[in-house]
Amino acid sequence: MRSLRRVLRSVRWYLRELTDESAYDRYVAHVRQGHPDARVPSRRDFERMRTDRQETDPRQGFRCC
Amino acid sequence: MRTANPRTVVIWTLVALVGAAGWTVLALSRGEEVSAAWMVAAALGSYAIAYRFYAKFIAYKVLKVDRTRATPAERLNNGIDFHPTDRRVLLGHHFAAIAGAGPLVGPVLAAQMGYLPGTIWIIVGVIFAGAVQDMVVLFFSTRRDGRSLGQMAREEIGPFGGAAALVATFVIMIILLGVLALVIVNALAQSPWGTFSIAMTIPIALLMGFYLRVLRPGRVSEVSVIGVALLLLALVAGRWVAESSWADTFTLAPSTLVVWMVAYGFIASILPVWMLLAPRDYLSTFMKIGTIFLLALGVIVALPTLKMDPVTDFASRGDGPVFAGSLFPFVFITIACGALSGFHALISSGTTPKMIQKETQVRMIGYGSMLMESSVAVMALVAASIIDPGLYFAMNAPAGVIGDTVQNASQVVGSWGYQISPEALARAAENVEEASLLSRTGGAPTLAIGVSEIFSQVTGGGLRAFWYHFAIMFEALFILTALDAGTRVGRFMLQDMLGNVYRPFKNVSWKPGLAITSAIVCGLWGYFLWVGVHEPLGGINQLFPIFGISNQLLAAVALAVCTTLLVKSGRLKWAWITGVPLVWDATVTLTASWQKVFSSDPKVGFFKQRQVFQDAIDRGEVLPPAKSMDDMHTVVTNSTVDGVLTAALAILIVVVIADATRVCVRHIRRPALSTLSEAPYVESKIIAPAGLIPTKEEKEEERDALASARTP
Repeated sequence: MRSLRRVLRSVRWYLRELTDESAYDRYVAHVRQGHPDARVPSRRDFERMRTDRQETDPRQGFRCC
Repeated sequence: MRTANPRTVVIWTLVALVGAAGWTVLALSRGEEVSAAWMVAAALGSYAIAYRFYAKFIAYKVLKVDRTRATPAERLNNGIDFHPTDRRVLLGHHFAAIAGAGPLVGPVLAAQMGYLPGTIWIIVGVIFAGAVQDMVVLFFSTRRDGRSLGQMAREEIGPFGGAAALVATFVIMIILLGVLALVIVNALAQSPWGTFSIAMTIPIALLMGFYLRVLRPGRVSEVSVIGVALLLLALVAGRWVAESSWADTFTLAPSTLVVWMVAYGFIASILPVWMLLAPRDYLSTFMKIGTIFLLALGVIVALPTLKMDPVTDFASRGDGPVFAGSLFPFVFITIACGALSGFHALISSGTTPKMIQKETQVRMIGYGSMLMESSVAVMALVAASIIDPGLYFAMNAPAGVIGDTVQNASQVVGSWGYQISPEALARAAENVEEASLLSRTGGAPTLAIGVSEIFSQVTGGGLRAFWYHFAIMFEALFILTALDAGTRVGRFMLQDMLGNVYRPFKNVSWKPGLAITSAIVCGLWGYFLWVGVHEPLGGINQLFPIFGISNQLLAAVALAVCTTLLVKSGRLKWAWITGVPLVWDATVTLTASWQKVFSSDPKVGFFKQRQVFQDAIDRGEVLPPAKSMDDMHTVVTNSTVDGVLTAALAILIVVVIADATRVCVRHIRRPALSTLSEAPYVESKIIAPAGLIPTKEEKEEERDALASARTP
């Protein structure tokens, strides 16, 4: 039972990482680590910033033929 | 000296034997039907040995990857695009980014020469050229803070070679988009089921985009589940539509589809990324990885037999209906992405290097992903080779050659030595609920037939039509995404180039500039798409070789950059690692360009073709397959454009290679003159395994690090 839970947890971790759903958590952790009392953007603002970056440089995240 | 333990020796001997057995059966079989299992054995055995020995040798002896050196992800970590990513996740990201329509379409077309030449090139090519290129580019870009291929060319070769590489990349992008769009038009034309399901992906993507932007930002997994469910619903609904009175609305002629396609490309590329591109990207990635996984499973479970000849007569005669030209050089440029792809260099530089945790992981990410891509190409070749060869040729020969009735097609294909009755041709179309399968060129429909064959061997024949349209949808989905993303990248390059002439263009968010450059890019690939659809000689037949040549020429640029870097970084002794693939690639591709430009065979040489048709026009004759004087003029114009383009591309690449050679020679003569823009050494603090499975030492190292982190 415990090992099943562990497998499920790692599957969930992998999917979140692969889809970049974990991007926000990662960013928050990164900001907190450097400046513990810096203001962290909300998830909404963060995701907007992320897509806007792709807007200005479409080579980011470009996929192949 | 290090001695190998006996267990390792036994395991690797067995792997070698499996691979050798596969190759032996493939090579020696004549006349009897061979199981696809042997192809799988040859491929997997060879990959394993190449990865274990050759890739390891390159990583540790040639590149000298340094596990103590911090990567850009660690040094420049900003939590967004630069961040150390778990190697297993990055493998998924990198593979999803490099895998696309190329390795699926190319091998299908190359099957015209039989399955053996394709198999050999896909496997040998990836081991010695494709995977090496991806890994070496990834390594050098990692040492340069994730610089792009173009930037590396400019910095390491010089402004002249760099500019030529930039222009070549732009032209190649345009051709790529035109040909990919053509593949989709050929798959969707006259198919209400396919057209409806693909059309539905647009509202589905808009819905997903809205969900992610407004309702629940960043919840990618849940929105993807919703998206995929809706997608499958659209697929099932496609059949209802095709059987209903709406069928006519979605039964579109190729020329109508061209207009829709260009309009879509333009609108999608000026809309914000979050509306269409980002959600489509999630959808197509899910479908891509899922389908490739299912296909691998299907091939292994069903182990179908190969019906195509190992080597057909077209290989030596060079008069094949799918593409003209003989085995050398045309098989090598047709297979494109599965064995060696220049486009991968754009991913291996730029995106992935900013996320890699450890230099030691370039083998797993760069080489490993490319081996996976190659196995996708092998599966595509299997799918094309298990269908009846008569059906294969009827589907892939242009209408100008086989006519538009099953009787006529059966007769023509029979004259090539492949018997298939008109009834069998009609039944094949009926089985997948299409009006006709004749001249469905481009590779996607053939692949879909092969996939439906494999899947229905597992699930039963009742789902055959569903699987066919599933495969079409899967390809169309990511080709449409590529049209959108590719138009944006092309526009970005164009904005940069035009910015040198008129300053405001450089500002990428200047709206008029955005619209103008988007329109130019769509107009350019739209032109090739239009030409491909209206080409009397067959669009794929004429344009696919140019696509293959351009993709391989881009690989030549990447390999030239790699070789220059090997020489300049004091690895002259090992420059052959990329130098030999470069020479081979340049020879193959420039020979192909030469033949396409100068061949005296009108089927192969564009200018000879032009001359033959021009002479006929002057005499007032109409030459088949042209049906009217208008067709004749079309052929003359297209052949001229195609010929000039092929020649121009070849010249650009010769310039890049010559400039790179100059830099290498100068470095060997007077090393003091050259500069190397490598980021300085910083010690790494991250501890992470190099390969997929950590070794005993790596596990211990990780444990020690954890322990010392706990004790202050």
